[in-house]
Amino acid sequence: MDPTDIARWQFAIITVYHFLFVPITIGLSAMIAGYETAWIRTGNEHWLRLTKFFGKLFLINFALGVVTGIVQEFQFGMNWSDYSRFVGDIFGAPLAVEGLLAFFLESTFLGLWIFGWDRLPAKAHAACMWLVHLGTLFSAYFILAANSWMQHPVGYRFNPQTGRAEMNDFAAVLFNKVQLVTFPHVVLSAYMTGAAFVVGIAFWHLRKASRASKAQDVKLYTRAVRTGAAVLLVAGLGVAASGDVQGKIMTEVQPMKMAAAEGLYDTETSADFSLLTIGSLDGSEEKFAITIPGLLSWLGTGSTDGTVAGINQLREQYQDTYGQDPGEKYYSPGDYTPIIPLTYWTFRIMIGLGLLAAAIAGWILLATRRGRVPQGRLILWSAIALPFLPLFANSFGWIFTEMGRQPWAVFGLMTTAQSVSPGVSTFEAATSLIVLTLIYTVLGVVEVRLLMTYIRRGADEIEPPDESEPGADKPLAFAY
Amino acid sequence: MELTTVWFGLIAVLWIGYFCLEGFDFGVGMLLPILAKNDTERRVLINTIGPVWDGNEVWVLVAGGATFAAFPEWYATLFSGFYLPLLLILVALIVRGVAFEYRAKRDDDAWRRNWDLAIIIGSFLPAVLWGVAFANILRGVPIDADMEYVGGFFNLLTPYALLGGATTLLLFLTHGAMFISLKTDGPIRVAARTFALRVGVAAAGVTVAFLLWTQVTTGTVASAAAFILAAVALLGGLAAVRVGREGWGFLGTFVAIALGVAGLFLGLFPDVMPSSLAEGVSLTTTNAAATPYTLKIMTVVAVIFTPVVLVYQGWTYWVFRKRIAVHHIPTRATSGA
Ligand code: HDD
Ligand code: HEM
Ligand code: HEM
Repeated sequence: MDPTDIARWQFAIITVYHFLFVPITIGLSAMIAGYETAWIRTGNEHWLRLTKFFGKLFLINFALGVVTGIVQEFQFGMNWSDYSRFVGDIFGAPLAVEGLLAFFLESTFLGLWIFGWDRLPAKAHAACMWLVHLGTLFSAYFILAANSWMQHPVGYRFNPQTGRAEMNDFAAVLFNKVQLVTFPHVVLSAYMTGAAFVVGIAFWHLRKASRASKAQDVKLYTRAVRTGAAVLLVAGLGVAASGDVQGKIMTEVQPMKMAAAEGLYDTETSADFSLLTIGSLDGSEEKFAITIPGLLSWLGTGSTDGTVAGINQLREQYQDTYGQDPGEKYYSPGDYTPIIPLTYWTFRIMIGLGLLAAAIAGWILLATRRGRVPQGRLILWSAIALPFLPLFANSFGWIFTEMGRQPWAVFGLMTTAQSVSPGVSTFEAATSLIVLTLIYTVLGVVEVRLLMTYIRRGADEIEPPDESEPGADKPLAFAY
Repeated sequence: MELTTVWFGLIAVLWIGYFCLEGFDFGVGMLLPILAKNDTERRVLINTIGPVWDGNEVWVLVAGGATFAAFPEWYATLFSGFYLPLLLILVALIVRGVAFEYRAKRDDDAWRRNWDLAIIIGSFLPAVLWGVAFANILRGVPIDADMEYVGGFFNLLTPYALLGGATTLLLFLTHGAMFISLKTDGPIRVAARTFALRVGVAAAGVTVAFLLWTQVTTGTVASAAAFILAAVALLGGLAAVRVGREGWGFLGTFVAIALGVAGLFLGLFPDVMPSSLAEGVSLTTTNAAATPYTLKIMTVVAVIFTPVVLVYQGWTYWVFRKRIAVHHIPTRATSGA
C-alpha cells in the first residue's frame, strides 16, 4: 500500500468511528435536556431519574466523541497537507469557527452540568444541557458546511498564481445549497439515533419492570419509551423528506453519484429504483432485481418520468469537462466512476435501516398506548436492535456520500490522490493507521462494556433530599 | 496593522491560553503518583480539574483550527512535518481524556491503576513534546522550497529542543503543584506547596537556561523584555508560595508561562516556521497566510466570540472555586449524573 491508500483507510476508519459517537451525542443531549426541563416544569421525579440515567450513559459516550474529534482536527494537516494548502483559505474558516463557537460551548457547559448539580439553581442546570446541545448543533453546522463545500464548491475563485482556491464569499460557503439540506438531514438522523438509543434501553427495562411488577418503574420506562419513539418517528419522517430533497440536489451537482447509487449505466427516462439486485452490478449481464417503477426518476428529479443520466454518458461528459481521470489509479474502476456495488448497497442500507427504525418506533408507540406493556418476543428483539439501526444508517450514509464523490476530494477541483501529504512516508502513515486503529478498538470494547454495565443497572432511585443546611461542608454531588 | 500580524498575535494568544490552562492540567496529571498516597487523594487531585480540563483542551483545537484558517501553509507544513511527535501527542490526549471520564466508573483497583497510568503518561508526553515542538519551530527545521518538511523524526531531537521539552515539563509540574495548593485543603495542600517550591527551583534554572539560549539565537528586544518579566514572575511566584500565598504563587507561574510563550512568538515573528536549509524558503506570516478576505471574516468572528468564551470559561472557575479536601470525595463513585 502506498501512503495514499493508507491515508484513505485512516480517514475512513477514524471518521466513521468518530461519527458513531457524534449522532448519539447530538440526539441524546436534546433528549436529556428535554427530560430535565420536564422535571423542572412538572416536579415529577420520573423525569429526574431519566435525566440522571441517560446522563450517565451520555457521558460514557461523550468521552470517546471528544477524544476521537481531536484526531479529526489534526489529521487534515498530518495526512492531507496538499489538500490543506489548496483549500485552507476556505475550509479552515468553518473549522476554526467550529472550535470557537461550538467546542468551547460544549465542553465548558458540560463540565458545569456534570459537576454543577449542587452548585447551580435547577433552571440554570438544565440550561447548561441545552447549551451543550446548542454547541453540538453549531459543531454540526460548521463541519458540515466544510464538507458540503467539498461536495459542491462555491464562494471561491481559483488563483493560478498561488495555485490555491481562495474564498470570496463566506455567506455562499455557509449557505451552500448542499449544506442547507445536509444539515437538517444529518441533525435529524442524529435525533433518530439518540431517540433509538433511549427507546431500546428503556424498552428492555420496561419489560423487566413489568415482569417484576414494579409499578413505578413501569411508569418510568413507559415514559422514556414513548417519548423516544415519538421523537424517532417524527425525526424519521424529517430525514426521509430532507433525504428526498438531497437526492435532487445531488443529481444536479454530482450526477455521477446518483447514477452510481442505482448502478444505472445508460441514461433513462422514467428510471426505476431497485430495492435489491442479485447478480453483478457492472452492467454487463442480465441480473435479477426487484424494482419500483419510476422511483429513481422521482428521487432524482421530482417526477416519475424525469430523465436520469447514466454512468456511460456521464463518464464521457466528465472527460470532456475535466480531461482524463487523474485519480483513476486509486478510485475509479472506470473513468470517474465510483465503486458501484459499494455506492449501490450503502445507499440502500442507509435508507432501509432508517425506515425500519421508524417503522419499529411506530409499532412500539401503538403497542404501548394507554399503559400497555407488550409481551411478545419479536417486539422485544426489535427494540433491542433499534439503537443500532439509525446508528449504522448514519455510517452507511457517510460511506455512500464520501465514496460516491470519488475520485474527487473537492468535487471538480482536486482529487483525493492529489490531496495527500507528499512528505509523509509509508512508515509514518502506517504507524499512525495501526496505532490509532488499535487504540480505537480497545477503547471501543471498554466503552461498550461500560455502557452495558450502566444500562443493566437501570435508573437509580432518587436519594432523599439532603437535610443539612445549605452552605454546609458536604461531599461533592458528583466526583470523578 | 496588517491582518496577518493580527492573526499571528491571535494564534500566539491561543497557544498562551492553552499552555497556561492545560499546563496545570498536565501538571496535576503528572503529580498523581507524587502527591497522592491513596485512591481518595488521587481523586481529590483529579477533581480539582474535573469540570475544566475539557474546556482547557479546546484551546489547542482552536489554535489548530485558527492556524488552518489563517495560515494554511503553516498548518500543512507543521502537522505533516512533525508527524510522529504529533501522533504521540494525539495518543496521549486520547487515553488521558478517556481516563478522566472512565476511571471512577468501575469499582476495581486494577481498572483504576490502569487509568491512573494513562493519566500520568498522557500528561507527561504532551508536556514534554509541546516544548520540543516549539523549540524546533523556533530554531528552524529542514524545509524545502515547496514548504515541505524534509527532515526525519530524529532531526527533531536536538539538545536545544530537548531543553525546551525539559522546560515545559518542569514548568507544568510547578504550575500544576501551584494549582493544587490553591484548590485543595489538608495535607495535600501542604505537600503541594512544598513540592511546588522544590520543583519550581529546578524549573527556574532550566527555564532561564532555555530562554537565554533562545534569546541568543532568535531573540529581539521585545522577546528579551518578555523573557525577563517571565523570569521575574516565576521567581515571584516561588517566593509567594514560600510564604504561603498560594494565589500569588499560581499567578506567578501563570504569568511566567504566558510571557515565556509570548516571548517565543515575538522572537519568531515575522517567520512562522523558519527553514534551516536556506533563508528564502522560510514560512512567514506573509507567504503562509490565507487571503485578506478570509482573515477579515475570521477577525470579525474572533473579535465577537473570544470575549464571550472568556466570560463563560471564567465563570466556570468561579462556580467551582471551592477548595476540595479528602472529606469532599463521595465514597461510592457517585456517577450520579
Ligand atoms: C439515520 C440515518 C439516516 C437515514 C435514515 C437516512 N439517511 Fe440519508 N444520510 C445520512 C443518514 C441517514 C447521513 C449519514 O447523515 C448522510 C451522509 C452525509 C449526509 O449529508 O448525510 C446521508 C446522506 C444522504 C444522501 C447523500 C447526499 C450527498 O452526498 O449529496 C442522500 C441522497 C440521502 N442521504 C438520502 C436519503 C433518503 C432518501 C433517505 C430515506 C428515505 C435517507 N437518506 C435516510
Ligand atoms: C463524520 C462523518 C463523515 C464520515 C463518516 C466520512 C467518511 C468518509 C469516507 C468513508 C471517506 C472515503 C474514504 C476513502 O475514499 O477511502 C471519506 C473521504 C473523505 N472525507 Fe469524509 N466523512 C465524514 C465527514 C467528512 C467531513 C465533515 C469532512 C470534511 C470536513 C470530510 C472530508 C473527507 C476527505 C478529505 C476525504 C478524502 C479522503 C479519502 O478519500 O479517504 N469528511 N470520508
Ligand atoms: C472530519 C471532520 C471533523 C472534524 C475535524 C471534527 C472535529 C471534532 C473535534 C476536535 C471534537 C472534540 C471537541 C471537544 O473536545 O469538545 C469533535 C466532537 C464533535 N463533533 Fe466532530 N469533527 C468532524 C466531523 C464531525 C461531523 C460531520 C459532525 C456532525 C455532523 C461532528 C459533530 C461533532 C459533535 C456534535 C461533537 C461533540 C460531541 C462529541 O464529542 O461526541 N463532527 N469533533
